[in-house]
Amino acid sequence: MSAATSRLGGVRGFSSRHQSTSIVLVVIVVTILLPIISLIPPFSGFGTQKDFVGGFAAAGVFVLLALGLNVVVGFAGLLDLGYAAFFAIGAYTYAYSASGFTGLSIPFWPMLLVGALVAAVFGVLLGAPTLRLRGDYLAIVTLGFGEIVPVVFLNADKYTNGTNGITGIAQPNALGLFGINGFGFTNPWPYYLTIVAIITVVVILLYRLQDSRLGRAWVALREDELAAASMGINTITTKLLAFSIGASTAGLAGVFYAAKLSTVTPDQFGFTVSFTALAMVVLGGMGNIWGVAAGALIIYELQSQGLKQLGSFVQGLNVPVVALGPITINIGAINFLNYQYLLYGLALVIMMLVRPEGLFPSRRRRRELHETPAEDELTAPDPTAGDPSQEGGD
Amino acid sequence: MPLAILISLAVAYGLMVIGAGPQAQEQFINALTIGAIYALIALGYTMVYGIIELINFAHGEIFMVGSFVCWWLLTTLGFSGAIQDPVLLIEVLVLAFTVSMVTMGVVGVIIERLAYRPLRNAPRLAPLITAIGVSFILQNLVFVMISNSIVTVPQIIPNPLIQIGPISIREINLFVIVLALVLMAALHLFIQRTRLGRAMRSTAIDRDAAQIMGVNINSTIALTFFIGSALAGAAGVVQGLYFGVTVFNIGFQAGLKAFTAAVLGGIGNTTGAAIGGFVIGFIEVLASVFGVGRWSEAAVFTTLVLVLIFRPTGILGQQLADRA
Repeated sequence: MSAATSRLGGVRGFSSRHQSTSIVLVVIVVTILLPIISLIPPFSGFGTQKDFVGGFAAAGVFVLLALGLNVVVGFAGLLDLGYAAFFAIGAYTYAYSASGFTGLSIPFWPMLLVGALVAAVFGVLLGAPTLRLRGDYLAIVTLGFGEIVPVVFLNADKYTNGTNGITGIAQPNALGLFGINGFGFTNPWPYYLTIVAIITVVVILLYRLQDSRLGRAWVALREDELAAASMGINTITTKLLAFSIGASTAGLAGVFYAAKLSTVTPDQFGFTVSFTALAMVVLGGMGNIWGVAAGALIIYELQSQGLKQLGSFVQGLNVPVVALGPITINIGAINFLNYQYLLYGLALVIMMLVRPEGLFPSRRRRRELHETPAEDELTAPDPTAGDPSQEGGD
Repeated sequence: MPLAILISLAVAYGLMVIGAGPQAQEQFINALTIGAIYALIALGYTMVYGIIELINFAHGEIFMVGSFVCWWLLTTLGFSGAIQDPVLLIEVLVLAFTVSMVTMGVVGVIIERLAYRPLRNAPRLAPLITAIGVSFILQNLVFVMISNSIVTVPQIIPNPLIQIGPISIREINLFVIVLALVLMAALHLFIQRTRLGRAMRSTAIDRDAAQIMGVNINSTIALTFFIGSALAGAAGVVQGLYFGVTVFNIGFQAGLKAFTAAVLGGIGNTTGAAIGGFVIGFIEVLASVFGVGRWSEAAVFTTLVLVLIFRPTGILGQQLADRA
């Protein structure tokens, strides 16, 4: 840390002294740059600028999910595998408050907060009984919760309209600002700007949290729960706060998502959503707010644009069909979109083995993950013991 | 304990009679059969957890791939329905179980070697995330390379009702239940009576001490993965033969339920996992008998949470579930 504090001049110095201002500045630059990218070849060949902006707005939902999951996984070191459940809860909260299904029409903006709160409450409800258990059990309980919430939305059809979900959800209105209401299916720009604004607020809050007493407590808890507890940190409350703050971010994302799509159905919130968010957090770099946001944006664009383009590229090549027993390999006919989760799985495993700190690591996390525990060295201490590439066969 | 099991079975049967009336016996046997499948999967979870304290999320997918091995073998051999010749039937069954169990055992060992062993001393989060990744790799390999929809497995076992005293049971149910019990008994004897089993037990208790005493930790853990995965492979074959279908995403739910079974029985405890598997089978069948079948997953999950809150050591667990 001493090396870091000595470099307080220049950009780093400015960004640490004026954190929120720098966040806003960075977001503004990115917000302007992203739509411009879509005008530059080869990207301009992939779709219109409107398509791109709509895609970025959808990517923003996943950026939010990744940011929230990062609080749970990255900051507090708790593995939440049912994160999509809170996303679903947020989305259904808005669906109930502003659709023909209930007849209510509460405006979008206050519902953002309500959705976040409702999700946070469910986070506490799930976390309170299970956070006493060790981390692995939490993983499996959240996995189960993530499975059950869509099942409940599916089966309780009297209250949720079952498979068909809730349709005709009101889109946001801009509170009559500028005398216009631009939100609609044809114009992606208001959604893009809205999600950017939400992300900005969330990122500022997360940075504040990270440096707060609570943020430090999370790190202490993650690194050594026993030591943290003996230093007077209330482990249950601290974990619960991580869990509910993470959940509330998913709730925000859910409200926005429901408003943007105008439809919610149970199958939008399956395990693959939780898994995608986890892959984004792990690839981006657990614990690093910017890394996670960038990771989410990159992964989302790769999956929605990259795989499609790869598919049309490979189809142009003529690759012969190979058959091996039950496995037929026909590269020309591959729909690369099907490979998305296979690639995420591979990415998770490879990242954990080779670069557990992620593509954009937080400094602290990198140190922690590359540390070799001393206790299990019965043989002579080997400085490379933590490095899988150095392990020979035995 | 035998008394407790008998009482539980009697209560379960009573509930079946209330819910299913004349079909009570059939549903009871159905529950035992499904429970046997969960028990076989749960054994792998509990063994792996017992020895390296890792929830092997990929275990459910091992079960799924096992069912695909069975499907591939039987369709390649050209079978499409029941085999009436008993000698041929036994030969094919032995072949199917051997191939699936050995294949999945080897797959399990490879996964352990490549994905888990390098992370054995890493922070706990790392192997858990890897396990989730491996689970997705297996599931999606099958999805993109073999089939993206339900495949039909030839049900080679003929299905006459056999009358044993007052009990009438279908051949397949009898076969599955007996097979599961035989495998469990063999596993129990192996762990309790053999040198390798002792190595497994000692590694589970204290890995470092076991190593000092001359146990080869790496091969013992690999053996644990082999046995656990082979049992899941057997469960996969049973799934194929009993239900006649399999699909790429079958392992996820089955894995979750089997893990619940393992926790219910006391994680790390093989007898407990077997009992837990049967309990889950009964919960699931009772849910459908009482007309709330689509809530059976919710029921199983609620069971998991309740057990974790009120008795995290499970029914039989001697191991501390939350030891640091």
